[in-house]
Amino acid sequence: MENILEVKDLNISFHTFAGEVQAIRGVNFELKKGETLAIVGESGSGKSVTTKAIMRLLPPGNSEIKQGQILFDGKDLSKLTDRQMQKIRGKDISMIFQDPMTSLNPTMTVGKQIMEPLIKHQNMSKAAASERALQLLKLVGIPKPELRIKQYPHQFSGGMRQRVVIAIALACNPKILIADEPTTALDVTIQAQILELMKDLQNKIDTSIIFITHDLGVVANVADRVAVMYGGKIVEVGTVDEVFYNPQHPYTWGLISSMPSLDAKEEELYAIPGTPPNLLHPPKGDAFAPRNEYAMQIDLEEQPPMFKVSDTHYAATWLLHPDAPKVEPPAAVKSRMRKFMGAK
Amino acid sequence: MENREKLLEIKNLKQYFNIGQPNEVRAIDGISFDIFKGETLGLVGESGCGKSTTGRTIIRLYDATDGEVLYKGENVHGKKNKKDLKKFNRSMQMIFQDPYASLNPRMKVSDVIAEGIDIHGLAKSKQERMEMVYNLLETVGLNREHANRYPHEFSGGQRQRIGIARALAVQPEFIIADEPISALDVSIQAQVVNLMKKLQREKGLTYLFIAHDLSMVKYISDRIGVMYFGKLVELAPAEDLYKNPLHPYTQSLLSAIPLPDPESERTRRRKTYDPNVHLYADGEEAKMREVTPGHFVYCSEKELKQYQQQYVK
Repeated sequence: MENILEVKDLNISFHTFAGEVQAIRGVNFELKKGETLAIVGESGSGKSVTTKAIMRLLPPGNSEIKQGQILFDGKDLSKLTDRQMQKIRGKDISMIFQDPMTSLNPTMTVGKQIMEPLIKHQNMSKAAASERALQLLKLVGIPKPELRIKQYPHQFSGGMRQRVVIAIALACNPKILIADEPTTALDVTIQAQILELMKDLQNKIDTSIIFITHDLGVVANVADRVAVMYGGKIVEVGTVDEVFYNPQHPYTWGLISSMPSLDAKEEELYAIPGTPPNLLHPPKGDAFAPRNEYAMQIDLEEQPPMFKVSDTHYAATWLLHPDAPKVEPPAAVKSRMRKFMGAK
Repeated sequence: MENREKLLEIKNLKQYFNIGQPNEVRAIDGISFDIFKGETLGLVGESGCGKSTTGRTIIRLYDATDGEVLYKGENVHGKKNKKDLKKFNRSMQMIFQDPYASLNPRMKVSDVIAEGIDIHGLAKSKQERMEMVYNLLETVGLNREHANRYPHEFSGGQRQRIGIARALAVQPEFIIADEPISALDVSIQAQVVNLMKKLQREKGLTYLFIAHDLSMVKYISDRIGVMYFGKLVELAPAEDLYKNPLHPYTQSLLSAIPLPDPESERTRRRKTYDPNVHLYADGEEAKMREVTPGHFVYCSEKELKQYQQQYVK
C-alpha cells in the first residue's frame, strides 16, 4: 500500500524558562492509505505534539522543529508558509480534538460551523454548503438534522457534539483524519457509538486515520497498526496483532500487564514503577531504563536503535540485540504470546 | 455474607436539585443499599447517573432531600452538635477525582496532610505532628523530603497519593473514592489501585469506589452497583455481575467496554439499552428484588421470574 504521510526523524523542542524541553526526539513513521494507525503512550510521551506538528498547530513562540521532515503529497509540511498550510488544514488533513465541549464555537450555530470549511476550501455557495452540511449531519447520525442544523453547541449532549466535530472534520473528505483522544471525555456507551461511526465513515470515504489514545481497549478496537511512544520516541510499532500478542519492548509489556482483565481475577496488578522521564534533561540511554526491570548496562549508556522483528514490526530495545540474554516476559504477556503462536 | 457487620445503610435516599422549579433534577431517586465493614463497593454508571452525587450525599456534602444514611446505625443527616459532627467527619473521608484541583496550591504538602490532624487535635506537639505526616507520606509511597514542597511540584499520580495520605491522616474507617484514578495515566492507575488495596488489607478500611472504568472497578470491588438515571438498577458480587448481568442496562454497559484484545474486539457485539423494554403495566411495581442470594435487580415481579430463568449458575 502506498504511504500517504511520512514522518522522518522528527525532533521538536519547547523553549521554556527552565530550559529546552526535548518533547520529540527522532520520530519516524508512515501512514498508509486507508489505514488506522493508533499512537499510544502516557501523557508527556509526545503523541499529541507529533500530531500537532503535522497540523502545524504548535505554539509559534516557544516551539521549534529542530530537525526532520513531514512529507505529505510530496511536500514537506514543516517548511510550508502559513498561507500554504491553511489550504491543507481542514481540507486534506483535519483533526478531531479530545474535548467536544471546547472545540466548537459557542456563538455559532453548528450548521455555520460545518459550512465554514466547505465555503473556504471548496468555494461552495451558501446554499450548496448548507445542503451538504445537512447531509453530513445525517451521515454522522444526528437525528432531526433539519432542526439541529440551526442550533447552538450548548443544545447538544457531549456525544452529539463530538458527532458535530466529526462532521466538520469530514466536510471536505480529508485524506488524513487525526483524532486526538476523541472518546476520552465520553461515556463507554457513547464511546462505542463514536468508534463505530468512525470505522463506518472510514469505509465509506477511505480516509487514513491517526488515532491517539491511551486506552488499549480502544486501540484493539480501531487500529490496523499501533505505535507505542515513550519519552518522545516511538519504542515499538507493528500491526495490532503483533503489538498485542507478540510485544517486544518492556514498556509495552508493562502497559499490557497493568490492565486488569475482565475474565481473570489477579491478586495484585502489575504496576510500572517510577514516573515518566523529565524531557528537560532526557536520559543519555534508553529513556525507559530507570523503570525497566529488564534493563542492562547498555540501556543506561546508549539509546537502542529500532530492531526488526518482522517486516511490519519493529521495537527499540537492546533485548532484541543478538548478544542480549534471553529474558522471560511477564506472565500476562506470555499468555498473549502463546495465543499469537497458536494463530500462526 | 448475611452475618457481616453493616457499616453503612442507605435507605430510600433521594437527592433532588432545584426543587419545585422547572429545571428540577432528580439526581438520586430513591436508592437503597448497604455497605459491609471491610468491603469495597464499586458504583458505576454513565456521567449524570448520580453516582458522584450519591457519594457526596453520603458524606454530607449535600443535605439529602429524603431517605436516610445510617452510619453504624446513626443517621448521618440528622441534627448534630459540633462534637458529634467532628467524630463523624473523622470516621468518613473522601478522595477526589482531580488531583490537580483538590489540593490547595498555596499550602505545603505537610499542611495539606496535617489539616485534619490539627482540626481533630490528634497531635500533641509539633514534632509529633510532623512525625505523623512523615509516616503518612511513607505509607503512600512518597518520602519525607516531600513534606516541605508545594502541590505543583508533583505529578498527577503523586498528587493522588497526597490526597490519599490526607484522607488517611485522621484514621478513618470508611473512604469514599470518587473516580480516584480517572485523571491518571494507565501505568500510574495500577500503582494507585494497588496502594488502595494494600491500605485496605493493613488498616481494614471500607471503600465506596465510584468510577466509570469498569475493568478497574471489577478488579478492586467485592460488590458492584450499577446506576442509571438516579436509580440503582443492579447490585451484585463483582464476579457475578460480569458473569451474569441481568438488567438490560448492565448488559449494554458491559458490552460497550472495548477490551485490550484485538481478537475479541473483532467479534464483540454491542447491545443497546432501550428503557421501553420494561413497559410496566398498571399495578406492577418495579423495585430492587433479589434474583439469587446477594444479586439484586431493579425489576417487576414478572421480570424477576424471567431473570431467574436466565441466570447461569
